[in-house]
Amino acid sequence: MNRSVIISSVLHAVFIFLTAMSLPFLTKKPIDLPPIVSIELIQITDKTNIPFAPKAQKIIEEVKKKEKKLVSEQAPPKKVKKIKPDSVPMPDDLVKNEKELKEDKQNPEVVDNEVKQVSEFEKDELFDPNNIAALIDKSKEEMAETTKKNDKVTQDQKRNVENAGLSLSEEDALKAQIFGCWSIPLGLPYNENLLVRIKLQLKRDGTVAKSEIIDHARMNKPGQGFYKVLAESALRAVKLCQPLRVPTTGYERWKELQLNFDAREMLEG
Amino acid sequence: MRIFVKIIIFLILIPSKSFGLIEVDITRGNLDPLPIAVSPLSIDENSRQNFEKILKKKNIGEEISKIIEVNLKTSGLFNPLNKDAFLQAPDIANLKPRFEDWNLIKAQALITGKVSYTDEKLRVEFRLWDVLAGKEMVALAFTTVPTNWRRVGHIITDKVYQRLTGEKGYFDTRIIYVAEEGPKTKRIKKLAIMDQDGANNKFLTLGNELVLTPRFNPTSQMVTYLSYFRNLPRVYLLDIETGTQEVVGDFPGMTFAPRFSPDGKKIIMSFAKDGNSEIYTMDLENRIVEKITNHPSIDTSPSFSPDGKFICFNSDRSGYQQIYVMKSDGSSVKRISFGKGLYGTPVWSPRGDLIAFTKLHKGKFYIGVMRTDGSGERLLTENFYQEAPSWSPNGRVLIFYRETKTDDKGEGFSAKLWSIDLTGYNERMVKTPTDASDPSWSSLLSN
Repeated sequence: MNRSVIISSVLHAVFIFLTAMSLPFLTKKPIDLPPIVSIELIQITDKTNIPFAPKAQKIIEEVKKKEKKLVSEQAPPKKVKKIKPDSVPMPDDLVKNEKELKEDKQNPEVVDNEVKQVSEFEKDELFDPNNIAALIDKSKEEMAETTKKNDKVTQDQKRNVENAGLSLSEEDALKAQIFGCWSIPLGLPYNENLLVRIKLQLKRDGTVAKSEIIDHARMNKPGQGFYKVLAESALRAVKLCQPLRVPTTGYERWKELQLNFDAREMLEG
Repeated sequence: MRIFVKIIIFLILIPSKSFGLIEVDITRGNLDPLPIAVSPLSIDENSRQNFEKILKKKNIGEEISKIIEVNLKTSGLFNPLNKDAFLQAPDIANLKPRFEDWNLIKAQALITGKVSYTDEKLRVEFRLWDVLAGKEMVALAFTTVPTNWRRVGHIITDKVYQRLTGEKGYFDTRIIYVAEEGPKTKRIKKLAIMDQDGANNKFLTLGNELVLTPRFNPTSQMVTYLSYFRNLPRVYLLDIETGTQEVVGDFPGMTFAPRFSPDGKKIIMSFAKDGNSEIYTMDLENRIVEKITNHPSIDTSPSFSPDGKFICFNSDRSGYQQIYVMKSDGSSVKRISFGKGLYGTPVWSPRGDLIAFTKLHKGKFYIGVMRTDGSGERLLTENFYQEAPSWSPNGRVLIFYRETKTDDKGEGFSAKLWSIDLTGYNERMVKTPTDASDPSWSSLLSN
């Protein structure tokens, strides 16, 4: 009896000793871990889609206005890529759009308007009701900044990226591909405003599921031979080029594309 | 049932995610010649034997397709693909092309056709296909006498050219020119005519008299030219179809460069008298001559605009030879050339948008074009000596002549016809049996 008690006691003592030796907090000081810093992961594109801080937004708007003035005084601004807020254009809108496009290339003032529209559009995107407080009360600016970090703001950013269309590099890659495929019919008159707009429905791999000439009726009208030739050459280019060099992500963004074929620059030499 | 309706309403009202339609502007393309496959026109054995007897050609279908191929290649806008790469036989391709096969060899367009001997006539069917779209673009048939087989090739090329480029072709046309032979100091000059590809060359005069500046009537196969009879210049009219020739009139002093008005009813030319040269028109019906310019300087080389409302000409009224434009009645004279050098032989494009000219600057001759207001001057080609541009009927190509230098022994001189595209590319020598100068391009023989 005594013997078993002694053995048990010795074993307990050994166990306690080993346990005590293996617990480092008993001998060492705890490690000083750095504080956790939260970061946001943002998709980087060539166009800036990040909402500006309220202060910076004001400054940027002012700079933009100045730049716009300068551009309109010196030369007609470069055409800005148009992003339609509505997904499916109505026939009336198409006619309007066509007029706008025609004017766009001849009248610099209209182009100026378009630039304004784009900046207004950016304003809408950047507008955040949560920032109103910060605008009214400077002391609440910090709070507004903090609220940006929650889920709501992240979703807004995602929407910005998705709605922004193709980035410059993505657009350039697509353009470069189609430039190579499009054999321009050299007999077309350079002094006529011929613009062929083709709406494409794309598959995920960039192949064309459906292509449609927006002004299809014009092809069969008498006296529109040049338009027909241009439209056919544009369709050939699209078919020859597929699969198109589209981004690997964001299919919903580019599953519908509109290509505007205009050969005037090339024909004019 | 209620639940079912609610579910449907709920599904309808679920806000769907919408994205803006992305637009991409394509403003550039390639100017490479369009790859086109010209499948030899198929022919049945019986027809082949008949045509071999009549035309001494083993396979007339292949011959016609060769003409189409050469025409398309010389235009500079098409790249006819090597026939060795064709996977489909001509007779099957004519029935239904297997587009995958033609796509495989990178053809974007395909020409197929069939030749047959019907009622002692040549019947040619042809089809133009869009290989990428897999659809027919043009389908036509021609029936003619067998000897017209070359023209059939040209007409088919015109149709293909028009369908694929948007403008009329210029292949079923002729060129009239001055054929030259002999040493430079003792040249024999004859009037000659040929197809635009150099085939069917014929001499129209014997060379006894000096002939100059033949010009086609834009509306018919009539030619006007200047010939010296007993050292007196005469303006002649020659009907190419019938061969009949008539003298329009004897004119005092020197007469230069007669040219038709766009409707073919008038001739415009310049007369030189007492050291002064003025521009006149002559009505071919009543032979009434009207003076258009009245200026102490030299006014020459007149050419009507295609609508007949304006005339371009060259004049030294500013001190140097420059190009001017005026209304057809001689009013509103306006100088349009302001570049360095001397400008001459202005010719209004059949499209009406450009004026071709010869320019002499620092001892070099240039052929160039400018807009009708003088803007956008472009020099297309430069050489030791070249002049007299003439437009193809579609205003796409210019033909002119170029002379080479003689060496110290007085040898090595030659004069040849050359053509160049409006873009300044595709410069080619047009083959002629003799030396040649002063070319003039006809309108399309078939419209």
